[in-house]
Amino acid sequence: MKAEVTIMLKAGVLDPQGKAIGQALHGLGFAGVGEVRQGKIIQLELAETDPAKAKAAAEDMARKLLANTVIESFKVEIKP
Amino acid sequence: MKAGIVVFPGINRERDMAIALHASTGRAPAMLWHKDADLTGLDLVVIPGGFSYGDYLRCGAMAAQSPAMAAIRAHVARGGYLLGVCNGFQILTEAGLLPGALLRNAGLRFLSMDCHLRVERADTAFTNRYRAGEVFRAPMAHGDGNYFADDATLDRLEGENLVALRYATAEGAVTPDANFNGAARNIAGILSPSLRVMGLMPHPEDLVDPLMGGTDGKPLFDALAALEVA
Amino acid sequence: MAQQVNQALAKQFGLSADEYGRVLAIMGRTPSFTELGVFSVMWSEHCSYKSSRVWLKTLPTKAPWVIHGPGENAGVVDIGDGLAAVFKMESHNHPSFIEPYSGAATGVGGILRDVFTMGARPVANLNALRFGDPKLAVTKRVVDGVVRGIGGYGNCVGVPTVGGEVNFHPAYNGNPLVNAMTVGIADRNKIFLSAAAGIGNPVVYVGSKTGRDGIHGATMASTSFEKDSEEKRPTVQIGDPFVEKLLIEACLELMATDAIIAIQDMGAAGLTSSSVEMAGKGDVGIELDLDHLPQRETEMTAYEMMLSESQERMLMVLRPDRQEMARAIFAKWDLDFAVIGQLTDTGHIVVKHKGVVEADIPLAPLADQAPLYHRPTSETPKPAALGAVADPVGLRTALLTLLACPDLASRAWIWDQYDSTIGGQTVKRPGAADAAIVRLDGHTRALALTTDCTPRYCQADPELGGMQAVVEAWRNITATGGKPLAITDNMNFANPEKPEIMGQFAAAIRGMAAACVALDFPVVSGNVSLYNETEGQPILPTPAIGGLGVLEDAAQAVGQAIAPGQTLVLIGETAGWLGQSLWLREIAGREDGPPPPIDLTAERRNGDFVRGQILSGAVRACHDVSDGGLLIAVAEMALAGNTGVALNLTGDHAFWFGEDQGRYVLAVDNAAATLVAATAAGVPAAIIGTAQGQGLTLPGIDPISLTEARAANDRFFPAWMN
Repeated sequence: MKAEVTIMLKAGVLDPQGKAIGQALHGLGFAGVGEVRQGKIIQLELAETDPAKAKAAAEDMARKLLANTVIESFKVEIKP
Repeated sequence: MKAGIVVFPGINRERDMAIALHASTGRAPAMLWHKDADLTGLDLVVIPGGFSYGDYLRCGAMAAQSPAMAAIRAHVARGGYLLGVCNGFQILTEAGLLPGALLRNAGLRFLSMDCHLRVERADTAFTNRYRAGEVFRAPMAHGDGNYFADDATLDRLEGENLVALRYATAEGAVTPDANFNGAARNIAGILSPSLRVMGLMPHPEDLVDPLMGGTDGKPLFDALAALEVA
Repeated sequence: MAQQVNQALAKQFGLSADEYGRVLAIMGRTPSFTELGVFSVMWSEHCSYKSSRVWLKTLPTKAPWVIHGPGENAGVVDIGDGLAAVFKMESHNHPSFIEPYSGAATGVGGILRDVFTMGARPVANLNALRFGDPKLAVTKRVVDGVVRGIGGYGNCVGVPTVGGEVNFHPAYNGNPLVNAMTVGIADRNKIFLSAAAGIGNPVVYVGSKTGRDGIHGATMASTSFEKDSEEKRPTVQIGDPFVEKLLIEACLELMATDAIIAIQDMGAAGLTSSSVEMAGKGDVGIELDLDHLPQRETEMTAYEMMLSESQERMLMVLRPDRQEMARAIFAKWDLDFAVIGQLTDTGHIVVKHKGVVEADIPLAPLADQAPLYHRPTSETPKPAALGAVADPVGLRTALLTLLACPDLASRAWIWDQYDSTIGGQTVKRPGAADAAIVRLDGHTRALALTTDCTPRYCQADPELGGMQAVVEAWRNITATGGKPLAITDNMNFANPEKPEIMGQFAAAIRGMAAACVALDFPVVSGNVSLYNETEGQPILPTPAIGGLGVLEDAAQAVGQAIAPGQTLVLIGETAGWLGQSLWLREIAGREDGPPPPIDLTAERRNGDFVRGQILSGAVRACHDVSDGGLLIAVAEMALAGNTGVALNLTGDHAFWFGEDQGRYVLAVDNAAATLVAATAAGVPAAIIGTAQGQGLTLPGIDPISLTEARAANDRFFPAWMN
């Protein structure tokens, strides 16, 4: 079973990388791009076969290590 | 005073720290590989700068979860002193031993330059050889030194007088121009409520020898040389 | 991969028809696919130096203090106190254009391995960078990536980047040069070499796992760039400085024992060149079983594993009775450790994979019959004399324009991204002195380190340019008080199959050799990078020189910063030579004339005098006069010391901006004594002004405030990059 953990900076945290990407897009002539925020995706291969348990395990990992909840939020998706 | 330096894989400023501690204390600190770090009998534990675990995932994240942190927490619990510099500061925040987090520098570039630090509090075991309000110079060398905490935490830090050092001009003015990495409220270093844990981003250990351009960092280590765990 | 091996495939692999004929003769049969791969990389320009070897052999390489000259992973010189300095410079040009960050980063990683392979702890990194026209967007992208890459790798491994040089010229538009230099320190009696010994001894692989990275990188470095180079992206390797840091510590820990018989890093051509060179140098055979090779990807073929250029890997021959101890050290550092073969008495390299012999090549002919070319050369015609050039703008405008031009603008934007203080031994940081000064931990001694080349001189007159590059390195070390000991050279040239390019190469070597002899400054290591041209546009010939010197007492080193009250004394003759000067290019818009001549006897005399004065304690600051001439040198000293200068000489633009060689500006307290000493030494010396105030003043022009000069000097990089 695969779990995908998406980690983003929390809304209140300044994201200079996202800002720089946004500026670069404007520079390339992409009009109509509003705020840009960047984050990361971590893919986990899990031995667990029960989706609910897999999700709980991945969330536990995210809280303990994968995300820093002082500055980041995360979302776990389970994929077969 | 007995000091030990904990070395995680990827830490790379442990020698600089050892030189500075040795110069002030007259004895070489113990170099402790994280896998077998025995902290018994130490007054001071230092986590120096570097790129522990390559700074992969987040700076300091993996070291903060490593088994050695249990011994470091126990050292603090029994009244020992703990200093985290640069990556060491990042590790301490990731481990929750100090509040907040260190974000990517606002300019998105690694910054290696001298900065000026204003001493906000001179009545601690770390800073008592400086005067309150004194400004000293220190090299900085980091890509992620932009201190962040939510407003409530920042207010609490200031309310409880736990900000140790702020980025300032050479004259001591706390201005945006002096705040190279964009840190919240120009914060360069903070203390735990017990005043026994300090974290800071710059490297006073690299300015303790006149030949290297000055001795501005030396009072920090002279202060540490005098401390003893009660 | 099971392709038919024939001449057509050999051509694809970069082997000429004649070279493929040699392969057939050596093998006595059609080689296997893997064998063809081994021949092609070992006989590539990058690994075999087939076009350059005949010329490199003419360089002076010996001196009483040289412990190991060219031929080892890096050069080794005795620096006193029982210590040796181990150093080399190497190019990563082509990868840095395709993928600037990774290309530059892995360049730093590779040169670090060349140095710690020999048992030295790296203590300093430097670089020599050439980029295209700053007006092009691609140049900006390359500069940004290269600077981040050098910093990203060097900062993480914890080796200070203490010096370097940067030039811009349209000739590098499609072919930037990234030359990285590492200096390490070892016990002079504990230098590790690569010659394997001991039949039956285990061949051990340590470091990162092998993937399909950079296959045929060595042959890529041996061909010209075409438009589709950006499509070659997959052959660029990705560096992992974290693993490199672990590898340094683990190797140095193992080197403190007696376990290692031979050691070699896996650089260009990876496992192939490391195993072939180790066995070849030791006159033994080697057998590898790739089933034991640590692999990062699945289904890799023998060919891929032999040619992979995955980074952060080393090959060692160990004493069998120390194998388990060595394994434990690498386990401590979480690094792979695998016995992948042993030494044999067959004189062959035999590569097995899944029970099949994939390659079986006799080592002696692979080395001895490697191609060696005496390529035709044609001499660069001597440039016509320049004649008189009128001053179109006046001294004041020229000074401010030159201070702001890309080749002279402050490099702080670059240095500020490199950790230059780590180690706690950096006495003079980038920009503080003509050479970086790094003290040796626990000693009073210090190294003086610099990289130098003036490509526009080399283009106009390659012999004089080669000579000037060596002389300038010597002068920069001298200007700090250091005693110059030896150099490493990084020969960056275009397509050697063109006689005019090979002529540039030969002439540059001639000039370098003459300077090395006159200055007792031998070549101890180096690297050749040819085929630096894109779509027929060759780079300027760029023999980059990395110089190393030593000061017995770090406290004696002087920098460029002057202070009020000091007197400035000019050492050397000033004729006002404008040919190939920066003034000519930036102010008059011309790149012509002959470069300034060099009198090696005067260079030596002037330099020895300056060094003697510094070591006697009479000199407060010193700067050599080079790019931009005398007024630029004075302005740089003023900016470094944040102190103005009142100049008392009257001169025209040629006097102030000419680039006559062999000159230094000294700041002294007792100028009369300096002049007396200079006269006694037969060295031209003249008082030119006094350090005072907050501006540059000279007769006949409006004063230039330091604020104005600094603003001009600081503008270029931040305005361009931010």
